[in-house]
Amino acid sequence: MRTRANWPAGVLAGAWLLIILVPVYVMLRAAFESRETYADKGPLGLPTEFTLDNFRYAFEQGFGRFLANSVTVAVLTVAVVLILVPPLAFAIVRSDSRTVRQAFKVMLFGLAIPAQVVVIPVMYLIQYIGLYDTLIGIALPTAAFAIPMSTLILTGAMREIRGELYEAMAMDGSGPVRTFFRLVLPLSRGGIATVIVFTALNAWNNYLLPLVLTRSEDVRVATLGLGVFQQQYSLNIPGLMSAILMTVLPMLLIYLFARRALIRGLMGVGGK
Amino acid sequence: MSRPSAVWALPAVAFFAFFALLPLAVAVGLSFTKYNGIRLTTPQFVGLDNWTRMLDDAPLHRAVGVTVVLIVLAVATQVPVSLLIGVWAAGPQRMRAAVTALYFIPLLMSTAAVAVLWASLVDPNFGLPAALAPLIGPDTFFSDLLGEPAAALGLVAFIYLWGASPLHTLLYQGGARAIPETLYQAAELDGAGRVSQFFHITLPLLKHTMITSTILMVVGTFTTFDLILILTHGGPSGATSNLPYFMYDRGIAALDFGYGSAIAVVLVVIAGLVSWAMVRASGYDKMEGTQEGI
Repeated sequence: MRTRANWPAGVLAGAWLLIILVPVYVMLRAAFESRETYADKGPLGLPTEFTLDNFRYAFEQGFGRFLANSVTVAVLTVAVVLILVPPLAFAIVRSDSRTVRQAFKVMLFGLAIPAQVVVIPVMYLIQYIGLYDTLIGIALPTAAFAIPMSTLILTGAMREIRGELYEAMAMDGSGPVRTFFRLVLPLSRGGIATVIVFTALNAWNNYLLPLVLTRSEDVRVATLGLGVFQQQYSLNIPGLMSAILMTVLPMLLIYLFARRALIRGLMGVGGK
Repeated sequence: MSRPSAVWALPAVAFFAFFALLPLAVAVGLSFTKYNGIRLTTPQFVGLDNWTRMLDDAPLHRAVGVTVVLIVLAVATQVPVSLLIGVWAAGPQRMRAAVTALYFIPLLMSTAAVAVLWASLVDPNFGLPAALAPLIGPDTFFSDLLGEPAAALGLVAFIYLWGASPLHTLLYQGGARAIPETLYQAAELDGAGRVSQFFHITLPLLKHTMITSTILMVVGTFTTFDLILILTHGGPSGATSNLPYFMYDRGIAALDFGYGSAIAVVLVVIAGLVSWAMVRASGYDKMEGTQEGI
Protein backbone atom coordinates (compact mmCIF):
# COMPACT_ATOMS: atom_id res chain seq x y z
CA MET A 1 0.00 0.00 0.00
CA ARG A 2 1.14 3.52 -0.77
CA THR A 3 0.59 5.02 2.64
CA ARG A 4 3.86 6.86 3.14
CA ALA A 5 3.19 10.49 3.94
CA ASN A 6 3.35 12.69 0.85
CA TRP A 7 4.18 16.13 2.20
CA PRO A 8 4.20 18.29 -0.96
CA ALA A 9 0.82 16.86 -2.03
CA GLY A 10 -0.57 17.35 1.46
CA VAL A 11 0.51 21.01 1.52
CA LEU A 12 -1.03 21.63 -1.90
CA ALA A 13 -4.27 19.89 -0.90
CA GLY A 14 -4.37 21.91 2.31
CA ALA A 15 -3.81 25.21 0.52
CA TRP A 16 -6.59 24.42 -1.95
CA LEU A 17 -8.87 23.41 0.91
CA LEU A 18 -8.28 26.83 2.47
CA ILE A 19 -9.21 28.56 -0.80
CA ILE A 20 -12.43 26.54 -0.94
CA LEU A 21 -13.33 27.05 2.71
CA VAL A 22 -12.59 30.75 3.37
CA PRO A 23 -15.48 32.01 1.19
CA VAL A 24 -17.76 29.34 2.66
CA TYR A 25 -16.79 30.44 6.16
CA VAL A 26 -17.39 34.13 5.35
CA MET A 27 -20.81 33.23 3.98
CA LEU A 28 -21.84 31.09 6.95
CA ARG A 29 -20.70 33.60 9.55
CA ALA A 30 -22.24 36.62 7.85
CA ALA A 31 -25.58 34.88 7.29
CA PHE A 32 -26.10 34.47 11.03
CA GLU A 33 -25.10 37.91 12.27
CA SER A 34 -26.68 41.35 12.19
CA ARG A 35 -25.78 43.95 9.60
CA GLU A 36 -24.31 46.16 12.32
CA THR A 37 -21.95 43.46 13.51
CA TYR A 38 -20.90 42.66 9.96
CA ALA A 39 -20.28 46.33 9.16
CA ASP A 40 -18.13 46.48 12.31
CA LYS A 41 -16.03 43.42 11.74
CA GLY A 42 -15.98 42.94 7.99
CA PRO A 43 -15.87 39.55 6.28
CA LEU A 44 -13.17 37.94 8.45
CA GLY A 45 -13.00 37.29 12.19
CA LEU A 46 -14.59 34.86 14.59
CA PRO A 47 -18.36 34.48 14.99
CA THR A 48 -19.75 36.43 17.95
CA GLU A 49 -23.51 36.31 17.59
CA PHE A 50 -26.31 34.20 16.23
CA THR A 51 -29.50 35.57 14.69
CA LEU A 52 -32.01 34.33 12.14
CA ASP A 53 -33.10 37.88 11.20
CA ASN A 54 -31.39 37.72 7.81
CA PHE A 55 -33.35 34.63 6.84
CA ARG A 56 -36.57 36.35 7.91
CA TYR A 57 -35.55 39.33 5.77
CA ALA A 58 -34.75 37.15 2.74
CA PHE A 59 -38.13 35.51 3.18
CA GLU A 60 -39.81 38.92 3.22
CA GLN A 61 -38.01 39.75 -0.02
CA GLY A 62 -39.84 36.79 -1.58
CA PHE A 63 -37.20 34.07 -1.38
CA GLY A 64 -39.71 31.48 -0.19
CA ARG A 65 -41.68 32.12 -3.34
CA PHE A 66 -38.61 32.12 -5.59
CA LEU A 67 -37.47 28.79 -4.16
CA ALA A 68 -40.91 27.28 -4.67
CA ASN A 69 -40.84 28.52 -8.28
CA SER A 70 -37.42 26.94 -8.86
CA VAL A 71 -38.65 23.65 -7.42
CA THR A 72 -41.75 23.81 -9.65
CA VAL A 73 -39.66 24.42 -12.76
CA ALA A 74 -37.31 21.57 -11.81
CA VAL A 75 -40.21 19.17 -11.16
CA LEU A 76 -41.96 20.08 -14.45
CA THR A 77 -38.71 19.71 -16.40
CA VAL A 78 -37.96 16.34 -14.84
CA ALA A 79 -41.54 15.16 -15.48
CA VAL A 80 -41.33 16.01 -19.19
CA VAL A 81 -37.94 14.32 -19.55
CA LEU A 82 -39.11 11.21 -17.66
CA ILE A 83 -42.18 10.84 -19.88
CA LEU A 84 -40.26 11.28 -23.14
CA VAL A 85 -36.77 9.88 -22.73
CA PRO A 86 -37.20 6.29 -21.41
CA PRO A 87 -39.30 5.17 -24.43
CA LEU A 88 -36.81 6.86 -26.76
CA ALA A 89 -33.84 5.18 -25.08
CA PHE A 90 -35.68 1.83 -25.21
CA ALA A 91 -36.27 2.28 -28.93
CA ILE A 92 -32.62 3.22 -29.54
CA VAL A 93 -31.32 0.19 -27.65
CA ARG A 94 -33.80 -2.42 -28.89
CA SER A 95 -35.41 -1.25 -32.13
CA ASP A 96 -34.42 -2.64 -35.52
CA SER A 97 -35.41 0.63 -37.16
CA ARG A 98 -32.57 2.43 -38.87
CA THR A 99 -34.47 5.73 -38.65
CA VAL A 100 -34.28 5.59 -34.85
CA ARG A 101 -30.51 5.20 -34.90
CA GLN A 102 -30.15 8.07 -37.35
CA ALA A 103 -32.40 10.27 -35.18
CA PHE A 104 -30.18 9.49 -32.21
CA LYS A 105 -27.05 10.52 -34.09
CA VAL A 106 -28.65 13.81 -35.09
CA MET A 107 -29.66 14.39 -31.49
CA LEU A 108 -26.09 13.85 -30.27
CA PHE A 109 -25.13 17.06 -32.00
CA GLY A 110 -27.32 18.82 -29.48
CA LEU A 111 -25.09 17.62 -26.61
CA ALA A 112 -22.97 20.74 -26.33
CA ILE A 113 -25.69 23.20 -27.33
CA PRO A 114 -27.25 24.62 -24.20
CA ALA A 115 -30.68 26.25 -24.30
CA GLN A 116 -29.10 29.61 -23.45
CA VAL A 117 -27.50 29.89 -26.86
CA VAL A 118 -30.81 29.87 -28.72
CA VAL A 119 -32.63 31.94 -26.13
CA ILE A 120 -33.81 34.54 -28.67
CA PRO A 121 -35.77 32.18 -30.95
CA VAL A 122 -36.94 30.22 -27.87
CA MET A 123 -38.36 33.46 -26.52
CA TYR A 124 -40.01 34.10 -29.88
CA LEU A 125 -41.52 30.60 -29.85
CA ILE A 126 -42.66 30.75 -26.23
CA GLN A 127 -44.34 34.10 -26.83
CA TYR A 128 -45.97 32.68 -29.93
CA ILE A 129 -47.55 29.74 -28.10
CA GLY A 130 -48.65 32.00 -25.25
CA LEU A 131 -46.39 30.65 -22.50
CA TYR A 132 -44.36 33.83 -21.93
CA ASP A 133 -44.01 34.72 -18.23
CA THR A 134 -45.05 31.24 -17.00
CA LEU A 135 -43.11 28.54 -15.18
CA ILE A 136 -44.05 25.87 -17.74
CA GLY A 137 -42.63 28.19 -20.42
CA ILE A 138 -39.23 27.91 -18.70
CA ALA A 139 -39.55 24.16 -18.15
CA LEU A 140 -40.38 23.07 -21.72
CA PRO A 141 -37.25 24.38 -23.52
CA THR A 142 -35.09 23.37 -20.54
CA ALA A 143 -36.45 19.83 -20.87
CA ALA A 144 -35.89 19.78 -24.64
CA PHE A 145 -32.22 20.68 -24.27
CA ALA A 146 -31.76 18.08 -21.51
CA ILE A 147 -33.00 15.31 -23.83
CA PRO A 148 -29.69 14.51 -25.65
CA MET A 149 -27.63 14.00 -22.49
CA SER A 150 -30.48 12.19 -20.71
CA THR A 151 -30.86 9.86 -23.69
CA LEU A 152 -27.14 9.14 -23.65
CA ILE A 153 -27.25 8.34 -19.92
CA LEU A 154 -30.31 6.09 -20.23
CA THR A 155 -29.18 4.18 -23.32
CA GLY A 156 -25.98 3.48 -21.40
CA ALA A 157 -28.00 2.06 -18.51
CA MET A 158 -30.31 0.03 -20.77
CA ARG A 159 -27.39 -1.49 -22.65
CA GLU A 160 -26.37 -3.16 -19.40
CA ILE A 161 -29.54 -5.29 -19.47
CA ARG A 162 -28.55 -8.72 -20.76
CA GLY A 163 -30.03 -10.07 -24.01
CA GLU A 164 -31.22 -13.32 -22.36
CA LEU A 165 -33.61 -11.32 -20.18
CA TYR A 166 -35.26 -9.86 -23.29
CA GLU A 167 -35.45 -13.33 -24.82
CA ALA A 168 -37.06 -14.69 -21.67
CA MET A 169 -39.68 -11.93 -21.81
CA ALA A 170 -40.33 -12.67 -25.49
CA MET A 171 -40.72 -16.39 -24.73
CA ASP A 172 -43.38 -15.48 -22.17
CA GLY A 173 -45.20 -13.74 -25.01
CA SER A 174 -44.63 -10.21 -23.71
CA GLY A 175 -44.98 -7.36 -26.18
CA PRO A 176 -42.82 -4.23 -26.09
CA VAL A 177 -45.10 -2.43 -23.61
CA ARG A 178 -44.91 -5.19 -21.04
CA THR A 179 -41.15 -5.63 -21.59
CA PHE A 180 -40.67 -1.90 -21.09
CA PHE A 181 -42.58 -1.68 -17.81
CA ARG A 182 -41.63 -5.05 -16.32
CA LEU A 183 -38.01 -5.38 -17.40
CA VAL A 184 -36.44 -2.23 -18.81
CA LEU A 185 -37.69 0.40 -16.36
CA PRO A 186 -36.97 -1.57 -13.17
CA LEU A 187 -33.49 -2.53 -14.36
CA SER A 188 -32.49 0.99 -15.37
CA ARG A 189 -33.36 2.66 -12.04
CA GLY A 190 -29.77 3.85 -11.55
CA GLY A 191 -29.75 5.57 -14.93
CA ILE A 192 -33.14 7.10 -14.28
CA ALA A 193 -31.93 8.50 -10.95
CA THR A 194 -28.95 10.06 -12.73
CA VAL A 195 -31.24 11.56 -15.38
CA ILE A 196 -33.54 13.02 -12.72
CA VAL A 197 -30.67 14.70 -10.91
CA PHE A 198 -28.95 15.91 -14.09
CA THR A 199 -32.18 17.43 -15.42
CA ALA A 200 -33.21 18.94 -12.09
CA LEU A 201 -29.77 20.55 -11.70
CA ASN A 202 -29.96 22.01 -15.18
CA ALA A 203 -33.34 23.51 -14.41
CA TRP A 204 -32.22 24.69 -10.97
CA ASN A 205 -29.08 26.47 -12.23
CA ASN A 206 -30.75 28.11 -15.20
CA TYR A 207 -30.33 31.87 -15.34
CA LEU A 208 -30.60 33.26 -18.86
CA LEU A 209 -33.76 31.37 -19.85
CA PRO A 210 -35.88 32.54 -16.88
CA LEU A 211 -34.33 36.00 -17.22
CA VAL A 212 -35.55 36.31 -20.79
CA LEU A 213 -38.74 34.22 -20.61
CA THR A 214 -40.29 35.79 -17.51
CA ARG A 215 -40.94 39.28 -16.22
CA SER A 216 -43.21 39.12 -13.15
CA GLU A 217 -42.00 38.69 -9.60
CA ASP A 218 -44.65 35.95 -9.17
CA VAL A 219 -42.75 33.61 -11.45
CA ARG A 220 -39.20 34.66 -10.50
CA VAL A 221 -36.90 31.70 -9.83
CA ALA A 222 -34.25 31.53 -7.08
CA THR A 223 -31.20 32.18 -9.28
CA LEU A 224 -32.82 35.33 -10.68
CA GLY A 225 -33.92 36.27 -7.17
CA LEU A 226 -30.26 36.22 -6.09
CA GLY A 227 -29.24 38.40 -9.02
CA VAL A 228 -31.98 40.94 -8.33
CA PHE A 229 -31.24 40.93 -4.58
CA GLN A 230 -27.57 41.61 -5.31
CA GLN A 231 -28.40 44.53 -7.61
CA GLN A 232 -30.81 46.15 -5.18
CA TYR A 233 -29.26 45.47 -1.80
CA SER A 234 -25.59 44.82 -2.51
CA LEU A 235 -24.70 46.50 0.79
CA ASN A 236 -26.79 44.08 2.86
CA ILE A 237 -24.19 41.33 2.78
CA PRO A 238 -25.63 39.26 5.68
CA GLY A 239 -29.02 39.30 3.90
CA LEU A 240 -27.40 38.21 0.63
CA MET A 241 -25.48 35.42 2.31
CA SER A 242 -28.57 34.04 3.99
CA ALA A 243 -30.40 34.15 0.64
CA ILE A 244 -27.56 32.15 -0.93
CA LEU A 245 -27.74 29.63 1.90
CA MET A 246 -31.46 29.22 1.33
CA THR A 247 -30.80 28.33 -2.31
CA VAL A 248 -28.13 25.83 -1.22
CA LEU A 249 -30.48 23.99 1.16
CA PRO A 250 -32.36 21.88 -1.46
CA MET A 251 -29.03 20.83 -3.00
CA LEU A 252 -27.71 19.91 0.43
CA LEU A 253 -30.74 17.68 1.00
CA ILE A 254 -30.15 15.89 -2.34
CA TYR A 255 -26.48 15.54 -1.39
CA LEU A 256 -27.32 13.96 1.98
CA PHE A 257 -29.94 11.55 0.66
CA ALA A 258 -28.78 10.75 -2.87
CA ARG A 259 -25.06 11.46 -2.98
CA ARG A 260 -24.19 9.00 -5.74
CA ALA A 261 -27.02 10.13 -8.00
CA LEU A 262 -26.06 13.76 -7.37
CA ILE A 263 -22.43 13.24 -8.35
CA ARG A 264 -23.37 11.28 -11.46
CA GLY A 265 -26.03 13.81 -12.33
CA LEU A 266 -23.52 16.66 -12.02
CA MET A 267 -21.19 14.93 -14.40
CA GLY A 268 -23.98 13.69 -16.63
CA VAL A 269 -22.31 10.29 -16.71
CA GLY A 270 -22.79 6.81 -15.43
CA GLY A 271 -26.01 4.91 -15.34
CA LYS A 272 -25.30 1.42 -14.07
CA MET B 1 -41.80 -9.77 -31.37
CA SER B 2 -40.84 -7.82 -28.28
CA ARG B 3 -38.80 -5.23 -30.08
CA PRO B 4 -40.23 -1.69 -29.95
CA SER B 5 -41.12 0.06 -33.18
CA ALA B 6 -39.96 3.52 -34.18
CA VAL B 7 -43.19 4.94 -32.71
CA TRP B 8 -41.58 4.68 -29.27
CA ALA B 9 -39.02 7.29 -30.28
CA LEU B 10 -41.54 9.64 -31.82
CA PRO B 11 -42.77 11.72 -28.82
CA ALA B 12 -39.26 12.61 -27.66
CA VAL B 13 -38.02 13.30 -31.18
CA ALA B 14 -41.05 15.49 -31.96
CA PHE B 15 -40.65 17.42 -28.71
CA PHE B 16 -36.93 17.91 -29.30
CA ALA B 17 -37.60 19.03 -32.85
CA PHE B 18 -40.20 21.58 -31.72
CA PHE B 19 -38.35 23.15 -28.78
CA ALA B 20 -34.73 22.69 -29.89
CA LEU B 21 -34.46 22.27 -33.67
CA LEU B 22 -37.23 24.70 -34.61
CA PRO B 23 -35.62 27.53 -32.54
CA LEU B 24 -32.37 26.84 -34.38
CA ALA B 25 -34.20 27.30 -37.67
CA VAL B 26 -35.95 30.42 -36.34
CA ALA B 27 -32.57 31.83 -35.28
CA VAL B 28 -31.25 31.42 -38.80
CA GLY B 29 -34.40 33.11 -40.15
CA LEU B 30 -34.28 36.00 -37.66
CA SER B 31 -30.60 36.58 -38.43
CA PHE B 32 -31.69 38.06 -41.78
CA THR B 33 -34.13 40.48 -40.15
CA LYS B 34 -34.32 43.56 -38.03
CA TYR B 35 -36.54 42.77 -35.04
CA ASN B 36 -37.00 44.43 -31.66
CA GLY B 37 -38.56 41.41 -29.96
CA ILE B 38 -41.88 43.08 -29.27
CA ARG B 39 -44.76 40.83 -30.27
CA LEU B 40 -46.85 43.44 -32.03
CA THR B 41 -44.14 44.33 -34.51
CA THR B 42 -43.00 41.91 -37.18
CA PRO B 43 -39.40 41.15 -38.12
CA GLN B 44 -38.28 43.11 -41.20
CA PHE B 45 -36.15 41.39 -43.80
CA VAL B 46 -32.80 43.15 -44.12
CA GLY B 47 -30.83 40.55 -46.07
CA LEU B 48 -27.24 40.05 -45.02
CA ASP B 49 -27.02 43.27 -42.97
CA ASN B 50 -26.53 41.53 -39.63
CA TRP B 51 -23.93 39.19 -41.08
CA THR B 52 -21.87 41.92 -42.73
CA ARG B 53 -22.16 43.94 -39.55
CA MET B 54 -20.58 41.09 -37.61
CA LEU B 55 -17.52 41.26 -39.87
CA ASP B 56 -16.51 44.73 -38.71
CA ASP B 57 -17.97 44.85 -35.21
CA ALA B 58 -14.80 45.30 -33.14
CA PRO B 59 -16.50 44.63 -29.74
CA LEU B 60 -17.82 41.33 -31.14
CA HIS B 61 -14.32 40.32 -32.21
CA ARG B 62 -13.12 41.25 -28.77
CA ALA B 63 -15.85 39.01 -27.29
CA VAL B 64 -14.54 36.12 -29.39
CA GLY B 65 -11.08 36.79 -27.97
CA VAL B 66 -12.41 36.97 -24.41
CA THR B 67 -14.25 33.66 -24.91
CA VAL B 68 -11.08 31.96 -26.16
CA VAL B 69 -8.92 33.43 -23.36
CA LEU B 70 -11.44 32.30 -20.74
CA ILE B 71 -11.49 28.76 -22.13
CA VAL B 72 -7.68 28.64 -22.22
CA LEU B 73 -7.43 30.01 -18.66
CA ALA B 74 -10.10 27.57 -17.45
CA VAL B 75 -8.37 24.52 -18.92
CA ALA B 76 -4.87 25.70 -17.91
CA THR B 77 -5.90 26.21 -14.26
CA GLN B 78 -8.55 23.55 -13.75
CA VAL B 79 -6.74 20.58 -15.26
CA PRO B 80 -3.65 20.78 -12.99
CA VAL B 81 -5.62 21.62 -9.84
CA SER B 82 -8.27 18.95 -10.28
CA LEU B 83 -5.78 16.35 -11.52
CA LEU B 84 -3.41 16.80 -8.58
CA ILE B 85 -6.12 17.14 -5.93
CA GLY B 86 -8.17 14.32 -7.46
CA VAL B 87 -5.23 11.90 -7.48
CA TRP B 88 -4.37 12.95 -3.93
CA ALA B 89 -7.96 12.46 -2.78
CA ALA B 90 -8.06 8.99 -4.35
CA GLY B 91 -5.52 7.76 -1.79
CA PRO B 92 -6.76 5.15 0.68
CA GLN B 93 -6.27 7.32 3.80
CA ARG B 94 -9.51 7.97 5.66
CA MET B 95 -8.64 11.62 6.29
CA ARG B 96 -8.52 12.24 2.53
CA ALA B 97 -12.08 11.00 2.09
CA ALA B 98 -13.29 13.43 4.77
CA VAL B 99 -11.46 16.34 3.13
CA THR B 100 -12.97 15.40 -0.24
CA ALA B 101 -16.44 15.98 1.20
CA LEU B 102 -15.34 19.56 2.01
CA TYR B 103 -13.98 20.09 -1.51
CA PHE B 104 -17.46 19.25 -2.72
CA ILE B 105 -19.13 22.29 -1.10
CA PRO B 106 -19.01 24.71 -4.10
CA LEU B 107 -20.93 22.14 -6.16
CA LEU B 108 -23.96 22.69 -3.94
CA MET B 109 -24.14 26.29 -5.14
CA SER B 110 -25.64 27.43 -8.42
CA THR B 111 -23.40 29.60 -10.61
CA ALA B 112 -25.58 32.56 -9.67
CA ALA B 113 -24.94 31.86 -5.98
CA VAL B 114 -21.19 31.53 -6.57
CA ALA B 115 -21.20 34.80 -8.50
CA VAL B 116 -23.15 36.69 -5.82
CA LEU B 117 -20.91 35.32 -3.04
CA TRP B 118 -17.71 36.32 -4.85
CA ALA B 119 -19.10 39.69 -5.88
CA SER B 120 -19.38 40.60 -2.21
CA LEU B 121 -16.02 38.99 -1.35
CA VAL B 122 -14.12 41.13 -3.85
CA ASP B 123 -16.03 44.33 -3.13
CA PRO B 124 -13.32 46.96 -2.55
CA ASN B 125 -15.14 48.58 0.40
CA PHE B 126 -16.94 45.78 2.17
CA GLY B 127 -15.16 42.62 1.02
CA LEU B 128 -11.82 40.94 1.54
CA PRO B 129 -9.66 43.75 0.05
CA ALA B 130 -10.87 46.12 2.79
CA ALA B 131 -10.48 43.46 5.49
CA LEU B 132 -6.96 42.62 4.37
CA ALA B 133 -5.88 46.26 3.89
CA PRO B 134 -4.22 46.47 7.35
CA LEU B 135 -2.05 43.49 6.38
CA ILE B 136 -1.20 44.16 2.75
CA GLY B 137 -1.66 47.92 2.54
CA PRO B 138 -4.62 49.94 1.30
CA ASP B 139 -3.87 50.40 -2.39
CA THR B 140 -2.65 47.13 -3.78
CA PHE B 141 -3.39 45.09 -6.85
CA PHE B 142 -6.19 43.42 -4.88
CA SER B 143 -8.12 46.52 -3.91
CA ASP B 144 -9.93 46.96 -7.22
CA LEU B 145 -9.80 43.70 -9.14
CA LEU B 146 -12.93 44.46 -11.12
CA GLY B 147 -11.58 47.82 -12.29
CA GLU B 148 -8.59 46.45 -14.20
CA PRO B 149 -9.31 44.63 -17.48
CA ALA B 150 -6.70 41.88 -17.11
CA ALA B 151 -7.39 41.44 -13.38
CA ALA B 152 -11.14 41.21 -13.96
CA LEU B 153 -10.68 38.51 -16.59
CA GLY B 154 -8.31 36.62 -14.31
CA LEU B 155 -10.80 36.92 -11.48
CA VAL B 156 -13.61 35.48 -13.61
CA ALA B 157 -11.35 32.52 -14.48
CA PHE B 158 -10.39 32.10 -10.82
CA ILE B 159 -14.00 32.09 -9.61
CA TYR B 160 -14.84 29.63 -12.35
CA LEU B 161 -11.97 27.48 -11.06
CA TRP B 162 -13.36 27.77 -7.53
CA GLY B 163 -16.87 26.77 -8.55
CA ALA B 164 -16.17 24.10 -11.16
CA SER B 165 -12.91 22.37 -10.20
CA PRO B 166 -14.55 20.30 -7.39
CA LEU B 167 -16.54 18.49 -10.08
CA HIS B 168 -13.41 17.73 -12.08
CA THR B 169 -11.59 16.74 -8.90
CA LEU B 170 -14.32 14.13 -8.36
CA LEU B 171 -13.90 12.88 -11.94
CA TYR B 172 -10.13 12.48 -11.51
CA GLN B 173 -10.60 10.89 -8.09
CA GLY B 174 -12.93 8.30 -9.62
CA GLY B 175 -10.51 7.70 -12.49
CA ALA B 176 -7.51 7.34 -10.20
CA ARG B 177 -9.36 4.92 -7.91
CA ALA B 178 -10.06 2.66 -10.87
CA ILE B 179 -6.32 2.16 -11.51
CA PRO B 180 -5.34 -1.32 -10.25
CA GLU B 181 -3.12 -1.18 -7.17
CA THR B 182 -0.96 -4.00 -8.58
CA LEU B 183 0.46 -1.66 -11.22
CA TYR B 184 1.90 0.54 -8.47
CA GLN B 185 3.20 -2.48 -6.56
CA ALA B 186 4.98 -3.71 -9.67
CA ALA B 187 6.44 -0.23 -10.27
CA GLU B 188 7.61 -0.10 -6.67
CA LEU B 189 9.42 -3.42 -7.09
CA ASP B 190 11.10 -1.97 -10.17
CA GLY B 191 12.28 0.89 -7.99
CA ALA B 192 10.11 3.59 -9.57
CA GLY B 193 9.66 6.61 -7.30
CA ARG B 194 6.43 8.46 -6.65
CA VAL B 195 6.96 11.06 -9.38
CA SER B 196 7.90 8.42 -11.92
CA GLN B 197 4.80 6.37 -10.97
CA PHE B 198 2.62 9.44 -11.48
CA PHE B 199 3.95 10.10 -14.97
CA HIS B 200 4.20 6.48 -16.12
CA ILE B 201 1.10 4.92 -14.56
CA THR B 202 -1.39 7.47 -13.23
CA LEU B 203 -1.27 10.03 -16.02
CA PRO B 204 -1.48 7.63 -19.02
CA LEU B 205 -4.32 5.69 -17.39
CA LEU B 206 -6.27 8.89 -16.73
CA LYS B 207 -6.36 9.75 -20.44
CA HIS B 208 -10.08 9.04 -20.82
CA THR B 209 -10.93 10.93 -17.66
CA MET B 210 -8.92 13.85 -18.97
CA ILE B 211 -10.79 13.86 -22.29
CA THR B 212 -14.21 13.77 -20.62
CA SER B 213 -13.30 16.37 -18.02
CA THR B 214 -11.70 18.75 -20.52
CA ILE B 215 -14.73 18.55 -22.82
CA LEU B 216 -17.00 19.42 -19.89
CA MET B 217 -14.70 22.36 -19.02
CA VAL B 218 -14.65 23.71 -22.56
CA VAL B 219 -18.43 23.45 -22.98
CA GLY B 220 -19.06 24.94 -19.54
CA THR B 221 -16.69 27.88 -20.03
CA PHE B 222 -17.88 28.51 -23.57
CA THR B 223 -21.43 29.10 -22.31
CA THR B 224 -20.61 30.95 -19.06
CA PHE B 225 -23.13 33.72 -18.77
CA ASP B 226 -24.56 34.26 -15.28
CA LEU B 227 -21.15 34.63 -13.62
CA ILE B 228 -20.27 37.46 -16.00
CA LEU B 229 -23.68 39.14 -15.83
CA ILE B 230 -23.69 39.20 -12.02
CA LEU B 231 -20.01 39.87 -11.34
CA THR B 232 -18.79 42.24 -14.04
CA HIS B 233 -21.56 43.06 -16.55
CA GLY B 234 -18.91 42.36 -19.15
CA GLY B 235 -16.76 45.21 -17.85
CA PRO B 236 -14.54 47.03 -17.38
CA SER B 237 -15.22 48.29 -20.91
CA GLY B 238 -15.90 44.89 -22.45
CA ALA B 239 -12.84 43.16 -20.97
CA THR B 240 -14.90 40.23 -19.65
CA SER B 241 -17.69 40.23 -22.23
CA ASN B 242 -17.65 36.73 -23.75
CA LEU B 243 -19.89 35.61 -26.63
CA PRO B 244 -22.98 34.54 -24.62
CA TYR B 245 -22.86 37.76 -22.58
CA PHE B 246 -22.27 39.84 -25.70
CA MET B 247 -25.27 38.18 -27.35
CA TYR B 248 -27.41 39.01 -24.33
CA ASP B 249 -26.13 42.56 -23.99
CA ARG B 250 -26.31 43.56 -27.64
CA GLY B 251 -29.10 41.30 -28.84
CA ILE B 252 -31.59 40.97 -26.00
CA ALA B 253 -31.00 43.85 -23.58
CA ALA B 254 -30.59 46.31 -26.48
CA LEU B 255 -33.66 44.86 -28.26
CA ASP B 256 -31.70 44.03 -31.40
CA PHE B 257 -32.95 40.47 -31.84
CA GLY B 258 -31.95 40.11 -35.48
CA TYR B 259 -28.31 40.79 -34.71
CA GLY B 260 -28.52 38.69 -31.55
CA SER B 261 -29.83 35.79 -33.65
CA ALA B 262 -26.91 36.07 -36.05
CA ILE B 263 -24.54 35.80 -33.06
CA ALA B 264 -26.61 32.86 -31.76
CA VAL B 265 -26.18 31.04 -35.08
CA VAL B 266 -22.41 31.47 -34.82
CA LEU B 267 -22.52 30.14 -31.23
CA VAL B 268 -24.58 27.14 -32.30
CA VAL B 269 -22.17 26.31 -35.12
CA ILE B 270 -19.23 26.44 -32.71
CA ALA B 271 -21.12 24.39 -30.10
CA GLY B 272 -22.06 21.87 -32.79
CA LEU B 273 -18.40 21.50 -33.73
CA VAL B 274 -17.54 21.00 -30.05
CA SER B 275 -20.28 18.34 -29.86
CA TRP B 276 -18.91 16.63 -32.92
CA ALA B 277 -15.38 16.63 -31.49
CA MET B 278 -16.77 15.34 -28.20
CA VAL B 279 -18.72 12.54 -29.87
CA ARG B 280 -15.66 11.56 -31.86
CA ALA B 281 -13.25 11.74 -28.91
CA SER B 282 -15.48 9.82 -26.53
CA GLY B 283 -16.97 7.27 -28.93
CA TYR B 284 -20.54 8.21 -27.96
CA ASP B 285 -21.59 7.68 -31.58
CA LYS B 286 -20.82 4.01 -31.17
CA MET B 287 -23.62 4.30 -28.65
CA GLU B 288 -21.82 2.93 -25.66
CA GLY B 289 -22.65 4.00 -22.13
CA THR B 290 -21.20 7.28 -20.90
CA GLN B 291 -19.37 5.24 -18.29
CA GLU B 292 -17.02 4.20 -21.07
CA GLY B 293 -15.59 7.69 -21.27
CA ILE B 294 -14.53 7.81 -17.65
